[in-house]
Amino acid sequence: MHEWALAESVVLTAEKFAKEQGFSEIKKITIKLGDLQQIDKNIFRFAIKEMFGTQRLLLKNAKIKFQSEKAFLKCRKCGNAWTFARNVKKLKASNLEAIHFVPEAAHAYMHCPRCNSADFEIVQGRGVWLDSITGK
Amino acid sequence: MDPRINVITKRMEHVEKIIVVSGGKGGIGKSTFSAVLALNLSQSGYRVGLMDLDFWGPSAHIMLGARKNFPKEHKGIVPPSVNGVKLMSIVYYTKDKTLALRKSGFDHAVVELFAVTQWGPLDYLIIDMPPGIGDAVLDVIRCLGKAKFCIIMTSSKVVMEIVKKTVQMLKQLKIPILGIVRNMKGEKLSFTKKEKIFDTRFLGDIHFDRNLERAIGYPQRLLRTDFAKSVGKISHHF
Repeated sequence: MHEWALAESVVLTAEKFAKEQGFSEIKKITIKLGDLQQIDKNIFRFAIKEMFGTQRLLLKNAKIKFQSEKAFLKCRKCGNAWTFARNVKKLKASNLEAIHFVPEAAHAYMHCPRCNSADFEIVQGRGVWLDSITGK
Repeated sequence: MDPRINVITKRMEHVEKIIVVSGGKGGIGKSTFSAVLALNLSQSGYRVGLMDLDFWGPSAHIMLGARKNFPKEHKGIVPPSVNGVKLMSIVYYTKDKTLALRKSGFDHAVVELFAVTQWGPLDYLIIDMPPGIGDAVLDVIRCLGKAKFCIIMTSSKVVMEIVKKTVQMLKQLKIPILGIVRNMKGEKLSFTKKEKIFDTRFLGDIHFDRNLERAIGYPQRLLRTDFAKSVGKISHHF
């Protein structure tokens, strides 16, 4: 349940934002999930809902919406861009697990499919991103 | 927005003291000092964690003799206890592979590890810094609130110049400094005993120890070295 720690970060951030905005209630939270981190949506949703609990009045009725985001990687040497999804089958389960815990571990296990360089950037789709919070 | 920053303070709720071991220069003994300090405090009965932030050259696991240790998952990542020290390192996830990380990737990985690591109650968290300190890492360290820097230097003119700048920067940013340790002091060097270096508290000297290398990876042997005895004396300041 590594997702639990990230869920907690979402809940705390949403509460902080709502207080700053003067919201008395949060209606909806939209979370982008980059596929590089391979977050289990069901576990993540469960963890967030569990944390809402009765003590978190601001979030009690909030809806959670997930948006999947494809991970795009771009080689800094040759400029080639590719998706994580395209390379995922070449990775061992243990390597995928490492990337799940720390997405930057991708730099240890992935290379540019064109020039084989390990010097690439994660352009988008790294992990958990709090996209929007609506409230009143 | 990135939600991870907001949870870091919570992760440190039950950590009493945070000591950031830095120096701004590679090869001056930051990692050895960090590992031996962690072992020393643990042997004195304190609950100690060690975070190795040198992602390009992680070595805390080698110092402590970690073999098949791996973190457990429980509401985050629970670092394993290695010879009495809770150790978190990127090496669990990169194994023996080189990590071709640029600065932005480094910053992300640091934030991630701080956000998901569940240390539990600790008397001391020692953070072994990589050479050089970037803005994002400073932001995280400031967000830890109670972090204080311990600066390692040697008698080299080059190191001293860099340490001077590191101290100036930390002071400008109003980040607390515990003091400066002078490592690898040669027998023939005759510095007068100082109370302060760069207007910062001088914590003590560690003489060059020829037996240290053979003890690396063997915590009990490490603790018997002259190096460890000097670290033990310095640790009374913490």
